[in-house]
Amino acid sequence: MKSRLHWLLALAVWLLAAWLPPAEAALNVFATLPEWGALTEVLGGDNVKVYTATNALQDPHHVEAKPSLIARARGADLVVATGAELEIGWLPLVLQQAGNPKVQPGKPGYLEASPLVSMLERPARLDRADGDVHPGGNPHIQTDPRNIARVATALSARLAELDPPNAAAYQARYRSFEERWRNAIARWEREGAPLKGVAIIVQHKGFPYLIDWLGMKEVATLEPKPGIEPTTAHLSSVLESIRQRPVKMVLRAAYQSDRASQWIAERAKINAVVLPFTVGGSDSAKDLFGLFEDTIARLLKGAQ
Amino acid sequence: MSRPFLVRSALALALIFAADVRAATDADFAEIRDQIRQLKQSYEARIDALEQRLKNAEARAATAPPATQPATTTPVAASTAPAPAPSAAAGIAAFNPAISAVLQGRYANLSQDPNAYRIAGFAPGGDIGPGRRGLGLGESELALSASVDDKFAGTLIVSLTPANTVSVEEAYGIVTALPDGLTPKFGRFFSGLGYLNEQHQHAWDFVDAPLAYETFLGGQYGNDGLQLKWVAPTEQYLEFGAEIGNGDSFPGNQRNRNGAGAVVAYAHTGGDIGASHSWRAGLSYLHTKAQDREYTQTDTFGNDAPIGFSGVSDVAIADFVWKYAPNGNTQTTSAKLQGEYFWRRERGNLTYDSDGKLALTQTDAYRSPQRGWYLQGVWQFMPTWRVGARYDRLDPGQVDYGANAAYLATSSFAPQRYTMMFDWTPSEFSRLRLQLAQSKVRPEVTDNQLFLQYILTIGAHGAHKF
Repeated sequence: MKSRLHWLLALAVWLLAAWLPPAEAALNVFATLPEWGALTEVLGGDNVKVYTATNALQDPHHVEAKPSLIARARGADLVVATGAELEIGWLPLVLQQAGNPKVQPGKPGYLEASPLVSMLERPARLDRADGDVHPGGNPHIQTDPRNIARVATALSARLAELDPPNAAAYQARYRSFEERWRNAIARWEREGAPLKGVAIIVQHKGFPYLIDWLGMKEVATLEPKPGIEPTTAHLSSVLESIRQRPVKMVLRAAYQSDRASQWIAERAKINAVVLPFTVGGSDSAKDLFGLFEDTIARLLKGAQ
Repeated sequence: MSRPFLVRSALALALIFAADVRAATDADFAEIRDQIRQLKQSYEARIDALEQRLKNAEARAATAPPATQPATTTPVAASTAPAPAPSAAAGIAAFNPAISAVLQGRYANLSQDPNAYRIAGFAPGGDIGPGRRGLGLGESELALSASVDDKFAGTLIVSLTPANTVSVEEAYGIVTALPDGLTPKFGRFFSGLGYLNEQHQHAWDFVDAPLAYETFLGGQYGNDGLQLKWVAPTEQYLEFGAEIGNGDSFPGNQRNRNGAGAVVAYAHTGGDIGASHSWRAGLSYLHTKAQDREYTQTDTFGNDAPIGFSGVSDVAIADFVWKYAPNGNTQTTSAKLQGEYFWRRERGNLTYDSDGKLALTQTDAYRSPQRGWYLQGVWQFMPTWRVGARYDRLDPGQVDYGANAAYLATSSFAPQRYTMMFDWTPSEFSRLRLQLAQSKVRPEVTDNQLFLQYILTIGAHGAHKF
């Protein structure tokens, strides 16, 4: 009997040891979306351990408060989220169940990106009859690299605030990233110059910041209302409308079903372009630089 | 100056001011309100202006091109065009809680009379059964929640029934300031035992609760008391919970006692397997007591005899749920499989003919080890459309009636039910459902059921538990 108890105890210790995270001094960062995970990795380097809650092939509007997310939020020192109600269906629940007061909204351990940028498409009226509208504006802010730069400034400062011994390292990483990013933006803007004024259709209203940055023109949306599945009737009316006003391509994010885009692309004889949308959304979009390089390359190809 | 003097002067001043306020006329109030409004407007305008300047400055700083590349300056101004400043709700409504309401209704076509509903061989309790026939309003639910202060958050969920009664479904506070994964909850809440129990009925995948929930927990187990949950500091999700409650809910009942009437303990674990699969599994235990818990059972002579049970009720539950979505993306297809297994043991005394109408009143020892389970699967085969199936089964076990075996027969009949569900969810806020079921909860009686149901949600965007 006693030896069995010993075995049980040994098993319990082993299980606990296997499950416990290795003791590290690194700052544990919980990023809701791949772009913020990638940005934290760039700015934090070895001083941070990043967990990204979702992947690029997941619809960021529909994420579940999974057990794995609760466990990770429990051990987080910093939560980086988009805000603007993008994560409203799961993050409040995860944070409430995690029992971690450090990362609750309003605390230094919680950083939202959307208040740091100028929001577009802030609805003039709030009514769910208009679909999945976000009162704070369109939350897909990561498609404009200048927004990434704005978030980087605040994120770097926040990392230094939470981990003062490594403040100098965060500062140095930020300076290096900021310079590379600034140069890259200039390069992408040069490369993307031909896209200015190009008329496009989008499947979901996921690209207003990209469109605004490159000066493209969004003439139609395949979803009849944000977040509502495209219907054949609506697609037909879009098809009719672009007969009068020719467009070059139809854009969709990597996580979206290709049915509606293909339908319109075949009938209107335009290019269906899949954009990575975030880090990991395509083979080339391995990091933030790759994300925009690939985005520009795909857009240029689609505009031909 | 002595402290009492200070206190007295302060009181006197307060009284004078209070008297003054009472003397103030409506005109005075209007003037004060006006001044405050003007003050507020002027500050809001200034803050807006400052915010705008800050944004512009940030924008310039972030995208200021190197001097050698002047060609890239253009779009900055466009993207920072004056966005309306966040219009936070002002005035007395600013701190209103998040409010949402669930509206439900249904049509039921039942081949058996729902008033004669009972589950053979099981002592029933709570609000169970398929409900009324024909068109009917479902339960309407009103929910309010908000942070209380820096230490507490509060939630109130009120259920308005079609019979025009109001019941407090949940009313609890949560302590939000405790570290180390501890979340205490207190008040009235759905117990964290099992998987389905914590979810509200409108979030279920079927119109009704599994038979095991109806039989062993009276539909859904609520607790008035205290809950403490602890999430372990591990990468693997590991949660432990303990509750004490008054034990008023079935299988317990109100016993007019001090102390705790029910104890609940559970452990949950879960995680992901790759990007496409996630799961949760748990074990739960409920210990409660009943005193003269009344129900009616048909005895061996065919009489409807009132029965009273006094004793201990222990329920243990093993639950699991597994969800699949390609790359975690639930937009097009997803699947969900869940099952729970219940053991319940009741020990104590049974009083046959408890009201003495048959003049056969007799009390003797009683012991019932019983089991039940269900397994259900839901498959979203295309955007917004889902189909589901469920199988329910109960095992009556070897009930020991003691001396009451002279009047009460042990049942060997195993109740079961087959259910099919088909629903359409055009948005997160609406769902229409068709459900077909074949319910065999009494020997040689089959109830063919058809339900049509709608569930509408208005107000604040809720978040559903996994």
